[in-house]
Amino acid sequence: MGVVLTDPFGWIGQTLLELLTRLGLQVGAANLVINLLGAVVLGTICMTLGALITWVERKVVARFQDRLGPNRVGPFGLLQPIADGIKLLTKETVTPTGADTIVYNIAPVVMVMSVIGLWAVIPLAPRLIGSDINVGVLYIVSVGGIGTLSIMMAGWASNNKYALLGAFRTVAQLVSYEVPMVLALLIPTLLAGSMGMATIVEQQANVPYIVLAPIAALIFFISSMAEAGKAPFDLLEAESEIVAGYNIEYGGLKFGMFYVGEFLHGFTIAALTAVLFLGGWQGPLAESYPLLGLIYFLAKTSVVYFGVMWVRFSFPRLRIDQLNTFNWKFLTPLSLAVIVVTAVADKWAVQAGLSRVGVLLGANALLVLAIVWLIGAYARSARRRLERTGDKQAAGAHA
Amino acid sequence: MSALQWVFLLIAATTLVAAIMVVVGPNLVHAAMWLILALAGVAVFFVLLDAGFLAVVQVAVYIGAIAILIIFAIMLTRHLTADTEPQVTRSWWLAALASMVLFGGLLTMLTQIPTLTVGAPPLPGNPENNVRDLGQALVSLDQYVLPFETASVLLLAALIGSIVIALPPKAARADEAES
Repeated sequence: MGVVLTDPFGWIGQTLLELLTRLGLQVGAANLVINLLGAVVLGTICMTLGALITWVERKVVARFQDRLGPNRVGPFGLLQPIADGIKLLTKETVTPTGADTIVYNIAPVVMVMSVIGLWAVIPLAPRLIGSDINVGVLYIVSVGGIGTLSIMMAGWASNNKYALLGAFRTVAQLVSYEVPMVLALLIPTLLAGSMGMATIVEQQANVPYIVLAPIAALIFFISSMAEAGKAPFDLLEAESEIVAGYNIEYGGLKFGMFYVGEFLHGFTIAALTAVLFLGGWQGPLAESYPLLGLIYFLAKTSVVYFGVMWVRFSFPRLRIDQLNTFNWKFLTPLSLAVIVVTAVADKWAVQAGLSRVGVLLGANALLVLAIVWLIGAYARSARRRLERTGDKQAAGAHA
Repeated sequence: MSALQWVFLLIAATTLVAAIMVVVGPNLVHAAMWLILALAGVAVFFVLLDAGFLAVVQVAVYIGAIAILIIFAIMLTRHLTADTEPQVTRSWWLAALASMVLFGGLLTMLTQIPTLTVGAPPLPGNPENNVRDLGQALVSLDQYVLPFETASVLLLAALIGSIVIALPPKAARADEAES
């Protein structure tokens, strides 16, 4: 019984291995079966979680908008996702005329694949991680690129101008916001000295990285929200402009896959923020009781996810030029500055024997002051320019 | 044959078929999709060779950036996507000859590498740390710091060049300042 509490996941693996070898499988084959089983279980849990998240999100948005939200099917409307799923399942599968059938049908699968693929490197609890590869952070970046691809496939194959417009916006948005996201991902890598996700969590045993690098955490949060296409960055599907963007021509379960994939992506970026900056499963007693670690991880993820929803339901959508200006003129230079400052300050703190927390927090505070001053100066100069041209125009109108 | 060899053969066949489909299909977007499949196959080869870093970079750079750029370029020239014109030009046999000669030359050179027959030597150092070793090799003075910095400067020049090209012409800027 003690083993079950201190190392439940290792115990499950060991028991399964013994069971399979007793059934006559070789150790290698048994390990293969166990790994496949693990992948299937993880993927299924993610999809189920995705369905549950749609309920959570609808309940929360309802409260933000002073409504009740789904409350008819089951207690608190908890069975609403199942009812929705049945509805989507029973719909006719339509392929629009002139659509590129194969690409059109593959796109939703690629979308869901790219989101669930991210969960392979997220450490859920001590010693519980899909695959602890030593390039975990880079893996996240490359799998995110596949998501971009799926949206372009959907937009192109639908044979619809709105869908194509949505796909074009994808390039403007997802590819540009990848730059600050990758740069912000460098900070935890730098601080932990490793790209493996499990190592990054282990290194946060004493201080989570949000304390050491608050600006990087914020940049990562913002740019990964843009990567997930969440409001205020939901230009790919802006309902009031291009109807639904890339998924306009999708119906039934194919639309359902985009829908679940998108909701799950929101939860996934919350999980990534929790792992990279909030210490993942770290917490009191988590090391000796891994199930407690899982609970800590889910709690931290839920807090961040509430933040994602809060931002989504509170801010209006950005215009495309504002979106790109914000990225290229603010987020990207800022993240470059953060990397330089963090690298230098961290090295200096270690060499001078000073407190890492103090030095990095101080450096971040100085950076914030510099940003505020720069933005203030920019706003003043912009206002002055506006006043001058305004005077000229007013003079022209009088003359 | 071991399971690894079966995986290798399967992936090799997929990559080759995808690579052939890139050049024979009439539809440009489909060709780009096949190209992505071929590049993904190469990423799997890197995984089979225990080069996880290269595999992930292959996906991030080639599929995440270059392939998407290609598709975007094709989409902007939409009328070209369903090309009904003949697939080959008059001098196709010259191109075929050139590629055969190149392929033959590469094959002869490759077969002369001794490790092909005796098996690859084990990688130096701990495989767990190979990303760290790679990073240190790129910035240490007696290894690859010069090529690394040269490539950085080249990329910086490309970056500045693209900004210069994207800037509005001088006349338009003057207009903007006037208004």
